Amino acid sequence: STMLRIVLSRTLPRISGISNCQYSAAAIPVPNAQPEVHYNKLFINNEWQDAVSKRSFPTINPATGEVICQVAEADKADVDKAVKAAREAFRFGSPWRRMDASDRGLLLSRLADAIERDTAYLAELETLDNGKPYAVSYSVDVPMVVKCLRYYAGWADKWEGKTIPIDGDFFCYTRHEPIGVCGQIIPWNFPLLMQAWKLGPALATGNTVVMKVAEQTPLTALYVASLIKEVGFPPGVVNILPGMGPSAGSAITSHMDVDKVAFTGSTEVGHLIQQASGSSNLKKVTLELGGKSPNIIMSDANMAEAVEQSHFALFFNQGQCCCAGSRTYVQDTIYDEFMERSVERAKSRVVGDPFNMKTEQGPQVDEEQFKKILGYISSGKREGAKLMCGGGVAADRGYFIQPTIFGDVQDGMTIAREEIFGPVMQILKFKTLEEVVERANDTKYGLAAAVFTKDIDKAHYISSGLRAGTVWINCYDVFGAQAPFGGYKYSGNGRELGEYGLDNYTEVKTVTIKVPQKNS
Amino acid sequence: MSVVFTSLWQDGSQEQRNKLRFLLTASVLLLCLYVIWGDQIFIDNEWHESCSGRKMPVHNPATGDLLCEVEEADTEDVDKAVRSARTAFQLGSPWRCMDASDRGLLLNRLADLVERDRLRLATLEALDSGKIFLMAYFVDLMATVKTLRYYGGWADKVQGKTIPVDGEYFTYTRHEPIGVCGQIIPWNFPVMMFAWKIAPALCCGNTVIIKPAEQTPLTALHMACLIKEAGFPPGVVNVLPGYGPTAGNAIAHHMDIDKIAFTGSTAVGKLVQKAAGDSNLKRVTLELGGKNPNIVFADCDLEYAVEQAHSGLFFNQGQCCLAGSRVFVEDSIYEEFVCRSAEKARNKVLGNPLVPGVDQGPQIDQKQFDKILELIESGKREGATLECGGGPWDRNSLFIQPTVFSNVTDDMRIAKEEIFGPVQQIMRFHSVNEVIQRANATHYGLAAGVFTNDIDKALTVSSALQAGMVWVNCYNAMSTQCPFGGFKMSGNGRELGEYALQEYTEVKAVTIKISQKNS
Repeated sequence: STMLRIVLSRTLPRISGISNCQYSAAAIPVPNAQPEVHYNKLFINNEWQDAVSKRSFPTINPATGEVICQVAEADKADVDKAVKAAREAFRFGSPWRRMDASDRGLLLSRLADAIERDTAYLAELETLDNGKPYAVSYSVDVPMVVKCLRYYAGWADKWEGKTIPIDGDFFCYTRHEPIGVCGQIIPWNFPLLMQAWKLGPALATGNTVVMKVAEQTPLTALYVASLIKEVGFPPGVVNILPGMGPSAGSAITSHMDVDKVAFTGSTEVGHLIQQASGSSNLKKVTLELGGKSPNIIMSDANMAEAVEQSHFALFFNQGQCCCAGSRTYVQDTIYDEFMERSVERAKSRVVGDPFNMKTEQGPQVDEEQFKKILGYISSGKREGAKLMCGGGVAADRGYFIQPTIFGDVQDGMTIAREEIFGPVMQILKFKTLEEVVERANDTKYGLAAAVFTKDIDKAHYISSGLRAGTVWINCYDVFGAQAPFGGYKYSGNGRELGEYGLDNYTEVKTVTIKVPQKNS
Repeated sequence: MSVVFTSLWQDGSQEQRNKLRFLLTASVLLLCLYVIWGDQIFIDNEWHESCSGRKMPVHNPATGDLLCEVEEADTEDVDKAVRSARTAFQLGSPWRCMDASDRGLLLNRLADLVERDRLRLATLEALDSGKIFLMAYFVDLMATVKTLRYYGGWADKVQGKTIPVDGEYFTYTRHEPIGVCGQIIPWNFPVMMFAWKIAPALCCGNTVIIKPAEQTPLTALHMACLIKEAGFPPGVVNVLPGYGPTAGNAIAHHMDIDKIAFTGSTAVGKLVQKAAGDSNLKRVTLELGGKNPNIVFADCDLEYAVEQAHSGLFFNQGQCCLAGSRVFVEDSIYEEFVCRSAEKARNKVLGNPLVPGVDQGPQIDQKQFDKILELIESGKREGATLECGGGPWDRNSLFIQPTVFSNVTDDMRIAKEEIFGPVQQIMRFHSVNEVIQRANATHYGLAAGVFTNDIDKALTVSSALQAGMVWVNCYNAMSTQCPFGGFKMSGNGRELGEYALQEYTEVKAVTIKISQKNS
């Protein structure tokens, strides 16, 4: 399938000796569409525990609407238990605090090895619980998890403080210390990958973690918990709690003994998290929130490449990406051709059983999202956008939606302003460079953006002018563990990945010592 | 470092001691059955005979036995290797196109393989260099693995910058590999030096021609096998056993080698620097000799300081560029310190490096042995007090008695020249300023130690010493994260840590004219 080829070529830009044997499409094994679920409880202090309330909740296969299994449901009492365990693991003098940084790195490397070993199983479980195509889980999500963990494993003993030439007879140095107990709340669109993005930097820098996973997709995170124990992380260093936002999530964000909270999810909930920090202990907050990311196609761009990448930018992962290129601005002279080819591409998109290797698009994650997206499609029609293809439900069970494209979209329409988080592409027309930069920035969001052009001046002008944390030039959704990711404005606060990701998990301590005589 | 093993042996649990016994038994078995994996020249991931047809003998210094003969590289072989390394470095080659994270993965895999072969490598190292087997196993091999892993992690973290230059420009830097790197390593820590050299070079994407010392080529050749097994492309690492004046000289003078890194004597360091000047101005980093001061104040923990000063000198048969070979002791504790140090030295057990309980093996070869004895004689002649030792251990071998001199004065040869053997000099001092001045009165500047419980003295002395490493209340405390290298004639550049990366990168500033600059 074309999309898969794009995805693969993205993770594998060149045929290098190593990557080739690991990730070639031919190596994807036939999946077991009914993988056994081994873990469905809370993971606290390296032990499996029922919820204090004894409650559980069902997790659903979005391709069928059927219940996969029941999962223990964490609430405030469980959060308290997990925070105690994490606090104890973080105690001054604990094994985790005393560990060599290089050994923390080695544990993260071992975790990456274990995940790599279990790639097929984890990909099956991810697809079952989330609905994303198995070929993508197997060749994109899990390998990126492995790379992210290996990347941060390497940082563990390289996160260096400084010695500082301050004025006077003093010797001054900084220690980069872990912040402490970190609450982490992750979404359902990339369950495994978001878990790795959160754990990698937190553990490399020596923090302990209480993580709440999304109620839609708790299963892979719990399996990874078993690997965390297997590779030898001390008890209490990582605690994983499936649960709901208003109960478990809220307990974490309001907790007086959680030192930091990192959240990935909607802007709406991001506001709540920031507020909760303000009303409790001023815990440090990092947020990775929504987007309405502009994707700008200049008339001099390579048309075929721009059409394919723009398709991928929006439809990848059923459109469930915070960085989805959901406002495609196309220069007027090529607008008609771009539209025609984009529609043709969307119509050929294969929607269906995510365990089928030919499938490019699976179901949306749950009924709530499904209905919300259909609502946006109705609003687009109502507000006068031109429906070019799709626009409806794609199957009689499960949460499948047809790949949808709207043309003649105006900046004021709801579908041009709000995050849809589904397979719905908006194509807008523009004339000039200055105009498109201004329109692209006319949003409360600022997560990602892209520009397609062969002109080096235009590329620099637009990439400098866009108010977005990530700008892709002649590509889209290129993620490396090495490059930072995060948002301007309402799209978030702080950066994940790269060296920048370490800042958000570090307290800097300045130590100043009086000396008898300073010399350079 | 020696403390690690001693405490494992003396204070370790029964289980740990059993593990040590097992290791020893296994190594002795390997000794009987040892198989040398590589005895040829390793170029382009293949084994080659020398162009000259010559071989060189490799001996076990503990017994004088011939272990094997190894192909001897000379100028022609160096030329072959450089061609291979240059091809591997070509724009568009698999090595140049590889993701940085994959270079890191290769280094990590190499570390895994070294871990797998740790027993074999430690045995080979002990046989070839005469160092204590358990030291080789616990210190050298552990450091090797950690160094490879550490630089494995750096590979995709060697980051350029974008720079806010004046005017309508966009400027960024690329940290590019230098190219073909010649690396010449010594015989005192053969496999560890191998890792120190190749790991940062490969992490940054260079290709390598490495010449191990003629005394100790065997572990380097075993590493060559593992490099191929790990999956490094052909030509990325080439290993050429050979002599300094021939193969080493050819590397240092080569017009198509972009950088040379040398660890060895200061005398040869000068030759390497000159050769770069005479040829293509290749970049030079040098890690050379030392005459390192170890300063002991009266307010320290005396027993601990005696122990640290002892291992700071006698570790690895005294064959360390870091050896604390000038021990300055404050006068009020001088006699006591000398007495305890001599007692410690007298208690040292010499013997076969494979036997447990032995803590000093032979010197590496006859030349070193003769040089050390000659310096001991000079010490006696110039009036130092011989507290213990002072001669060969027996007539027919390369062992030297652990030797302690007291009442050493700064002008004696044993206080000025690098001995590189088990000979400890203990001097007396009165004041902080005096000892700083005397400690710095040397053309070396590699390492230094200071023992005191007074924070002011510790900080004053550590700031004032002209040395690349200063240890406070410890000695030989090295780790892969921490830079290592010398002031003055002890060298040029730093190895290990983040600092080493800049010795293996060229910085390229790319500036692009843009239509309008904005912050």
